[in-house]
Amino acid sequence: MWWYLLKRLGLSVIIVLMAIAVLFVMLHSIPGDPVSIALGPRATPEIQAAYAEKMHLDKPLPYQFLIFVSSVLQGDLGTDVFSNRSVGLTLAEQLPYTITLAVAALGWAIILGIPLGCLSAIWPNSWIDRVTGILSVGTIAVPSFLVSIWAILVFAIMLHWLPVIGAGDEGDIVDQLRHLILPAFAVGLGWVGYLARMVRASMLEVMGENYIRSARAFGLPARVVVFRYALPVAILPTITLIGVGFGGLLSGTVFAEIIFSRPGVGRIIYDMVQARNFPVVQGAVLVTIALYVIVTLISDLLVSWLDPRVRDSL
Amino acid sequence: MSETRSDIPLEVPPPERPYSVGREKLWLFLRNPMGMFGLILVVIFFASAIFAPVFATHDPLTMDIPARMSGPSADHWAGTDQLGRDTYSRVLYGGRVALKVAAIGVSVALIAGLILGMLAGFGPRWLDNLLLLLFDTIRSFPTIVLALAAVALLGPSMELVLTIVIVTTIPGYARLARTSTLALKNTEFILAERSLGASMPRILFKHIMPNVIGPLLILAAMDVPVVVTIEAGLSFLGLGVQPPTASWGTILNEGYLIIRDSPWMVVAGGVPLVLTTLGFTFLGEALRDVFDPKLRQGR
Repeated sequence: MWWYLLKRLGLSVIIVLMAIAVLFVMLHSIPGDPVSIALGPRATPEIQAAYAEKMHLDKPLPYQFLIFVSSVLQGDLGTDVFSNRSVGLTLAEQLPYTITLAVAALGWAIILGIPLGCLSAIWPNSWIDRVTGILSVGTIAVPSFLVSIWAILVFAIMLHWLPVIGAGDEGDIVDQLRHLILPAFAVGLGWVGYLARMVRASMLEVMGENYIRSARAFGLPARVVVFRYALPVAILPTITLIGVGFGGLLSGTVFAEIIFSRPGVGRIIYDMVQARNFPVVQGAVLVTIALYVIVTLISDLLVSWLDPRVRDSL
Repeated sequence: MSETRSDIPLEVPPPERPYSVGREKLWLFLRNPMGMFGLILVVIFFASAIFAPVFATHDPLTMDIPARMSGPSADHWAGTDQLGRDTYSRVLYGGRVALKVAAIGVSVALIAGLILGMLAGFGPRWLDNLLLLLFDTIRSFPTIVLALAAVALLGPSMELVLTIVIVTTIPGYARLARTSTLALKNTEFILAERSLGASMPRILFKHIMPNVIGPLLILAAMDVPVVVTIEAGLSFLGLGVQPPTASWGTILNEGYLIIRDSPWMVVAGGVPLVLTTLGFTFLGEALRDVFDPKLRQGR
């Protein structure tokens, strides 16, 4: 177990380092002089020189890379060019909004998708299986940003049920929840179908195993067989899927944050790209990738903790 | 007693239609209503994109300011946009952008992924590990974040959209090709070929590729919706195809800005996107069920 943990951790660190390197190379392959791009054409030579020195842009590239990596590892994500604030601080303000949205979206998808998948696997080819099958392909096929737009059209503009702009008044939980419903619906909808299909497939496989047949032969009630013995095994591939799909979930939150004008990391990246505020973009992208790697790591560890076979195979 | 058994025909007469794997697969496919539905949608997608100038009722770029933001009418079947351009014609021309991105993006990613995957599976261990690490790194970038970073640096363009699509979809093909190659690597016919002194390119392209490419083609059909969605999403954010060129993404973007005055555009821009994704998903799943039932258990 410890060896597995160590290997998996090492891999995550390497992936984050590679991502940092890719980001660094991308940032330094911007055509033109990074100083004038960051400060604009009207900056005086003195300001440009001061900025170059402060950002270590006057040093050779490998040296810049080392400085970049070491400051990232120390938790320093750099300074906002415009407001002179710490990028880390800005992101720490935005991150909770993104995480809330991601958790809410995934949460309702899990609550609905996993039971749907179970039911279709218990009664294959029944009406509930067919409806779930068509619904899941349907929901997977509609891109989340389109769901966002259409949800705004139906629930906000035509029916006037829910607000659509922003994240709600601070301190007013009910208002914030009302603002969360539509974005979470839009981001999570595709996941309902995805999870239902995945759970159905692995449940069908598990239900055919010998130990399930034995459990049935012993006369255990169907409820116990399904929820005590089949589901815990069938859920494993789904946990991996959630981990791997988290990147897609983050893409969904980016769109939702932009369309619903919600604060969050995705929106910060989008806005700062338009403003060409590169230190913030860089920091936010790094945080997103780190978040993704951590979630994948957790899901992998969870699976290996639940299923000893995975542990031994690695 | 001259009757011998020789009058019993020794050969069974051949059946009128010899059994053929291809015909059976075709029959299996034709019997799948979802697959046929998908195929019809895909054919409509190709036809409407290729023959857009024939089907269009207006020029997609001609403005008619007095008739702006109108609803569906006999003249403008899907209404007009904020500049009075015909939405129906723009949606048709937008299909061309989607088709172009899908065709180029998927084929380049398929070929590159196939080669990289076979190399990873057949080549030395260190190359395998290096390539796997590279694929994992690419996968760890959420597509849209990668796209935002790239656009920040290079500016929005169609070429950039294509590059992003290709880079982010290569790992899927490569991993699939790698797994199949690994399974084939030590089979007798490959070992025989090796012992005869065949070169690596010969083994890879002549013997491994035909056995590996099937599942990749199915993945390609299922990747088309992904690619079309990436293009539409980026164009919606203003990071892809630039106005005045019509793309489903730009139509949705312009429609979103006037959603309160004229809700028709976000419907007209979204419906073809959904139908195309649905069509390719159904088609891909039907093909997968026919050709490779093993893949059914998720990728």
